[in-house]
Amino acid sequence: MSRSTVPLHRAAHGRTGDKGNRSNISVIAWHAELWPLLVAQVTQERVAGQFEHRRPTRVTRHLLPGLHAMNFVLDDVLDGGVNDALNLDSHGKALAFLLLDLPIEVPDDLRHHLVGTDADILDPPNLERRLAP
Amino acid sequence: MDDVPLRIGCAAGFSGDRTDAAAPVVDALVAGGGPAVLIFETLAERTLALAQLARRLDDDAGFEPLLADLLRPVLERCLRHRIRIVSNFGAANPQGAARRIAALARELGLPEPRIAVVAGDDLSAEACRPLLAGALKDVSDSAEVTRTMVCANAYIGAEPIADALLAGADIVVTGRVADPSLTVGPALAHFGWARNDWDRLARATMAGHLLECGAQVSGGYYADPGYKDIPDLAHVGYPIAEIDRDGHCTITKPPGTGGRIDEHTVKEQLLYEVHDPAAYLTPDVVADLRQARVVELAPNRVRLEGVRGHARPATLKVNVFREQGWLAEGEISYAGARAEARARLAGEVLRERLAPLGKLRIDLIGAGSVLGDDDGRWLAAQAPGEARDVRLRVALIHADRAEAERLPREVTALYTCGPAGGGGVRTGLRQRLSTLSCFVPRDDVPTRFSFLSPP
Repeated sequence: MSRSTVPLHRAAHGRTGDKGNRSNISVIAWHAELWPLLVAQVTQERVAGQFEHRRPTRVTRHLLPGLHAMNFVLDDVLDGGVNDALNLDSHGKALAFLLLDLPIEVPDDLRHHLVGTDADILDPPNLERRLAP
Repeated sequence: MDDVPLRIGCAAGFSGDRTDAAAPVVDALVAGGGPAVLIFETLAERTLALAQLARRLDDDAGFEPLLADLLRPVLERCLRHRIRIVSNFGAANPQGAARRIAALARELGLPEPRIAVVAGDDLSAEACRPLLAGALKDVSDSAEVTRTMVCANAYIGAEPIADALLAGADIVVTGRVADPSLTVGPALAHFGWARNDWDRLARATMAGHLLECGAQVSGGYYADPGYKDIPDLAHVGYPIAEIDRDGHCTITKPPGTGGRIDEHTVKEQLLYEVHDPAAYLTPDVVADLRQARVVELAPNRVRLEGVRGHARPATLKVNVFREQGWLAEGEISYAGARAEARARLAGEVLRERLAPLGKLRIDLIGAGSVLGDDDGRWLAAQAPGEARDVRLRVALIHADRAEAERLPREVTALYTCGPAGGGGVRTGLRQRLSTLSCFVPRDDVPTRFSFLSPP
């Protein structure tokens, strides 16, 4: 079956929370049938890569199958946290959207579960741009 | 055991939240007719330190600045309909907050409410220094920390809130308590659960967790056009949890308000600020979400099930705040042809001029300013672009105020000394509050409540 590459935000949604210098980001499948794709592709290693410039000292993935959700915990990615960072967004509130840009491959028979439009698809030149940083 | 559900509405999720949120929540609680509680959660991590600084300047300050504005629209109806009010809006001065509420009741011509004040969280006093020094022993400069701190507060739990309600309080004012404890306290008092009934306490804790950020469970902080559309976000309704005798909750919101509560809004808030879902730690219980499920019962009615609980931790978390250095920020805009190149050049000028002050954060608002890192690795990796509307933003922290003030001066000097066409300089300088967390034995932090004495 042919597959297409889409940003994660078409298959899942999420929110960032912060405590001290630690960030957590939920990734929640839009549909139960998309959940196994997320488990297979949204791995600790890939998420650590997406946040490489923030130098996480540890990335932990917790699975919540009953919710079709996962929770990522990223240690030391907030440049010190809300009271210490120089970032405008010292809570790291926007970080969920960096994670949700991760490209994932979706087989055609699951595409109808994706949200958004097919204009939001990662063809090869697009993919290169979206993978930055 | 009481079979009637307890309904708890939340009308604030942070200090400074909307003051028109409570009225529709109270309308819905009154219309429902059963036992009901209104909570306001107004204490984020740093709010309490700011309140402590405010109290240093004015001994009558140090509680939620919007206290009277939050309560004025609903106090009369809450007292008339026996809707208890529970809030951490006491911040650094719960007694002061209680006096202000009593004064507000008099202003409104209401009968004197019974106001309880919870104490025990504040570990800022000299007498608590040995306890803190012990908890901070792994921190290199613990003696310096306890000498320079602004405040230290333990996250205390639901028991003194429950005790105050059982003793007949109409209003319970606290300082730092764990946010979900604002919900667990009333549930504990209403249902008479054993204080080691971990499953029920954990369920009520997660009900409180869903409530504690106000609109964040009902469509606020969720909307994303074309992907996550939310109706009438401008009038988003604040949540109400219906808690049953087993602690399970159904989340809903007042009729006629905007926003939406569905499976997805609830899941996002359920995992907000959670680390290990097997062990969500609070002073009341360790909640276990691994088997959690959410069920859409009807539009804007979602039930949370499957939460389990384990014995509460033996320690309490304490946040210690210190005034430590000054945060200086400055911004200037560039627009039109080669705007990004001019903004980048301005950033380089500032980096060179301010080099002796240490690390300078440089952002290009409009080209990259949020997802990057304080060391500039992300920005350095970006090829210079052609953005035509860019706002340069720089920031640094310095221990010495006079040195930190050089940043606003240098940004302003870009008007005459920097690249062409820079405009709209804004600068700011504020004292930085740094934070440390530690843990103290629960038994070393006695908590209690007392009723406000008549004036």
